[in-house]
Amino acid sequence: MKLMEGSEAIAEAAIAAGCRFFAGYPMTPFTELLEHFAKRLPDEGGVCINAESELEAAGMAWGALATGARAATGSTGQGLSLMQESFSEITLAELPLVIFNMARGQQDYYQSTRGGGHGDYRHIVLAPMDIPEAVELTQLAFHLADKWRNPVLVYGDYLLAHTHEAVDVNPIVFDGALPEKDWALDGSLGGTGQSRLVSPLGFEKSGRESPGIEAHLRRISAKHAEISATEVRVESGYCDDAETVIVAFGPPGKFVRYVVAQLRAEGEKVGYVRPITLWPFPTEAVAAAADGATRVGVFELCAGQMIDDVRLGVLGRAPVVGIGGISTDASGFGVGPLLDVEIIRERVFALHRDLPLPSLPDNDRSF
Amino acid sequence: MTSTNTELKVIGQQLPDLLLTAHHHMCPGCGEPLALRGCLESISDLGLSQRTIAVAGIGCYTSFSMTTDLDLVQALHGRAPSVATGVKRMLPDSIVYTLQGDGDMVNEGLQEVLHAAARGENITCVLLNNGVFGETGGHMTATTVLGQRTKNSLEGRDPTYHGFPILIGDLIAQLEGAAYVARGSVHNAGSVARTAKMFRRAFEVQMRGEGFSFVEVLTMCPTGWFIPTIEGPQYMQDTLGEVHIMGELKVDGVIHTTDELHAQNVLKAAEMEKALARGGIDT
Repeated sequence: MKLMEGSEAIAEAAIAAGCRFFAGYPMTPFTELLEHFAKRLPDEGGVCINAESELEAAGMAWGALATGARAATGSTGQGLSLMQESFSEITLAELPLVIFNMARGQQDYYQSTRGGGHGDYRHIVLAPMDIPEAVELTQLAFHLADKWRNPVLVYGDYLLAHTHEAVDVNPIVFDGALPEKDWALDGSLGGTGQSRLVSPLGFEKSGRESPGIEAHLRRISAKHAEISATEVRVESGYCDDAETVIVAFGPPGKFVRYVVAQLRAEGEKVGYVRPITLWPFPTEAVAAAADGATRVGVFELCAGQMIDDVRLGVLGRAPVVGIGGISTDASGFGVGPLLDVEIIRERVFALHRDLPLPSLPDNDRSF
Repeated sequence: MTSTNTELKVIGQQLPDLLLTAHHHMCPGCGEPLALRGCLESISDLGLSQRTIAVAGIGCYTSFSMTTDLDLVQALHGRAPSVATGVKRMLPDSIVYTLQGDGDMVNEGLQEVLHAAARGENITCVLLNNGVFGETGGHMTATTVLGQRTKNSLEGRDPTYHGFPILIGDLIAQLEGAAYVARGSVHNAGSVARTAKMFRRAFEVQMRGEGFSFVEVLTMCPTGWFIPTIEGPQYMQDTLGEVHIMGELKVDGVIHTTDELHAQNVLKAAEMEKALARGGIDT
């Protein structure tokens, strides 16, 4: 065990998973992840480039991926906004990119699960609740990216990036053989008539069978349906007889789990669902938890984004109420006063007893 | 009028080594196939076919991604230099080049190529510069010259309204990381031969690991210029060619200005005239 900052543990986990290329552009609270990659990758025979912009970071990772390397990029949601065009096309080129979002709160749920880019594309989104889980899910991200030839996004935040915890980072061997990267380029096939093309456009080299754009897009869409059916990850507790079910993800999900366990110990019939994959969303787990429940609460650190997916899961079985909200420190980058066990407990309890929801705590505005 | 039967005779294999087919969908009079040929023949002549990876931008030339017999990454509009950077950093022994148009490189992705050059990234960026967005049908780009008519500068590019063109080769030559910068053309046989040498030198610079190399090629686009096909080469020489001056802008760390290149070109033209008078040119 070693005491590590979350950013360092995630970088170490990526390296343990074989990541040998990273490109990024500094932005709080993502910056330390870039710093750790910059420090560590050269020792491992890898490359970390401080790109001139987020657009170039995405482009550089794209190029590294085309050679068959395990490669990643990342930023804060604001920076990922700039990368969305490339993310769309990298998905359509079926390259196994891993993306880290060290987000400001949970305001990037829509961006992560719907995407800000064009076209019919999906990313697998993994949302760890703490550093040990981030170490595991970071490695899983590289595995799933290669398994499906599809980008995987790891959703972190300020708390995850900056908390220190004692953790072990050991390489994880996941079940199932990965497909061979028989599409990767090394430049050796030029002039042989067998040269390769890595393209998002659905075209092949002249003279070879080419699916064309329509068939290409349909095949990728079918792949996303398969991922959706097989890669759901979720944790839930105390839902069997729960009158009140709370849905929350990431570090706030860990806070909610703690609060629910406390209230259960006091005899309150509450339960929780913690989506680990935000896409594919654990719709069935939410539906099962809502069956027989009187109400479903959604605790998220934003104005209300995941609540849409919860409503689709609950599908009218019970009223769905948002009990989170916007809460940041004065800088807007860090953790706000809403992420607090006592305050979350008050809000869960109010929902559970049909009491008025307490008003949101304000930050102290000193910066 | 009487018609005569003419028999087509195949006079030799015209397909360069690194093309899968001679077919392309370019317009009559387009300069891009000539420029591509120069690039691919240089790679083949230097024995680099089995260690080269190409990165293509988005424009008319994107169809070459399918017909070029090299490992190739299809990039987004403007983004080829960063993609090429990722490729080269993971495979430092490979030869990596980008193929982009002026809309792709100088409009959409200007900062990409400038930063790649400034970093001294050991890649070759190739620009096919015709001063218009050919693929969308003849619209103004950042290299469109003053007075040039396009679909969105109908009365000609007016600096007070549309701003001035960017002379991208000249700009890149100023950057410390740029090792070799040249601007060629394909509007006549002499220029085609001269441009082929520029490609060779650029790839040699990359082979020696000297840093960023850049070959700009002025190409005809009679469709996008709204002129008869046959007038393409002359129009190119009189408009783009008078502003984007042909020649080697940076060799062995020495920068050559537009004025110097202009003077060189005048001398070369005089030599060529003399040679023609003697009855032949020696390329």
